[in-house]
Amino acid sequence: MVTLAEAENAIIEEFSMYDEWLDKYEYLIELGKSLKDYPETSKTDEKLIKGCQSRVWLDHKMEDGKVVFNADSDAIITKGIISLLIGLYSGRTPQEILSSDFSVVEKIGLKENLSPTRANGLVSMIGKIKEIALQNA
Amino acid sequence: MNLFMVTENIRDMFPVLSRKVYGKDLVYFDNAATSQRPQSVIDMWNEISSFSNSNIHRAVHRLADESTQAYEQARDAVKDFINAGCREEIIFTSGTTASINLVAYSFGEAFVSEGDEVIVTEAEHHSNIVPWQLMCMRKGASLKVLPVDESGHLMVDKLGELISDRTRIMAVTHISNVLGIINPVKEIIGICHSKGIPVLVDGAQGIVHCEVDVQDLDCDFYAFSGHKMYAATGTGVLYGKRKYLDAMPPYMGGGEMVGTVSFAETTFAQLPMKFEAGTQNFASTATFKPAIDVLNLLNSNKLVEEIDKVRDHILEYLISDERIRLFGVPRGTNEEKIPLFSFVVKGIHHEDLALILDKMGIASRSGQMCAEPLMDRYGVTGMLRISLAPYNTMEEAEYFIKCLNRAIDMLS
Repeated sequence: MVTLAEAENAIIEEFSMYDEWLDKYEYLIELGKSLKDYPETSKTDEKLIKGCQSRVWLDHKMEDGKVVFNADSDAIITKGIISLLIGLYSGRTPQEILSSDFSVVEKIGLKENLSPTRANGLVSMIGKIKEIALQNA
Repeated sequence: MNLFMVTENIRDMFPVLSRKVYGKDLVYFDNAATSQRPQSVIDMWNEISSFSNSNIHRAVHRLADESTQAYEQARDAVKDFINAGCREEIIFTSGTTASINLVAYSFGEAFVSEGDEVIVTEAEHHSNIVPWQLMCMRKGASLKVLPVDESGHLMVDKLGELISDRTRIMAVTHISNVLGIINPVKEIIGICHSKGIPVLVDGAQGIVHCEVDVQDLDCDFYAFSGHKMYAATGTGVLYGKRKYLDAMPPYMGGGEMVGTVSFAETTFAQLPMKFEAGTQNFASTATFKPAIDVLNLLNSNKLVEEIDKVRDHILEYLISDERIRLFGVPRGTNEEKIPLFSFVVKGIHHEDLALILDKMGIASRSGQMCAEPLMDRYGVTGMLRISLAPYNTMEEAEYFIKCLNRAIDMLS
């Protein structure tokens, strides 16, 4: 598995290939569709990330000292965003996750291209990932 | 007047319409949330702020005189615009929400007691539900709800059953901000009045799209905002029949609304000042006058015919596309529908559509539109809404339809 820093750089490079934001959305939509099935029974209030305009659920389990995330959203672009985050941080140790400064979302221009309410949603998603890492560190 | 004969020239009056977003021409289809401001409104606000800024009513100096006149001229303009009986019946507020809260509080204090009832409808904005719920909590009263049918029409035939001898007031929207159907408020007022029940009309959308004559409607209260009718934001009006306004206690206490003040007893000012406590938003409120001039022009020439054609075109498309479910479908004639369309696309989240349309330069609205009970009524978590003004064009409508199709393809 590539290191977290390598994975983050790969995403930044991927996004830099698209000039138009519509293309970036297209990429996020594909990421969203590629997310594996999320069980309906895990769509509980406690797994719901607060502060998002659309509903986002984030579930996790520990495997060999690594945090494995699974997530879902009823909106596909949001699902793409959480999928991107999971792609980076799932399957890593809590220490690895906590070592990231999460600046990747700024570097790909995601944060500035979302409206403030949606940017807050993004901050909430990152906050939840950090929180889970911290709880299991 | 020639300036207004061609849509292109109308657009020139609104500076923001010439801007680009993400390198694309802005298509502003969120007029029901707030309309754009004409240069005349911006100029007036600027001029008062730049050269006449001074607190209104009390001081005797020249600047105070100018700002007071601008403010009071706006009151006369509003009075004429809605054909109120007298200027004392025009109360300036910060918006529709503030106007409704004022009535819910002060009318409640004067006329509602434990066990009484208030009627609202299922099509209301939260601003015409929550103030009444608060009043009911304070007074031990209860709320009754007139339902809407599948097509988005109020079930007026059920109103008779809802009215009881405990009904104290009914609050109804002239046009729902979700459904865009002009409600038969005159008929509703007639039914309520036959039982001696006053009616408040939420005119946030109605004031923009209907010719409102409060004496002809015979409504007891009519509430609306400035910012949806081309005036500055943070402005609003409460029209109220004098007999009610006189009988209602003040909503807020403070400067301007008093007669004399002592620690033993305070008396209150006459209407309309009685309900205008504290320093008013005078520079913004004054813009009602130029805004009404613009609104009158928009409503009085061929532009209305043009925007009706645009409405019919979008309506026809949304009804014919089987992937789309439109809420608020006119029965018979299209004349009861304003150019406002809320809909869902099967299998696609409204937020995704709004995000993609935004990147195409189209400003739409997604979500619950401050009308959760209506979302529940139709079993959806939210909708996508586009709402047009007379400065929008057929070209923009066609571009929207094209973009919507591309967005649906991307998301399917």
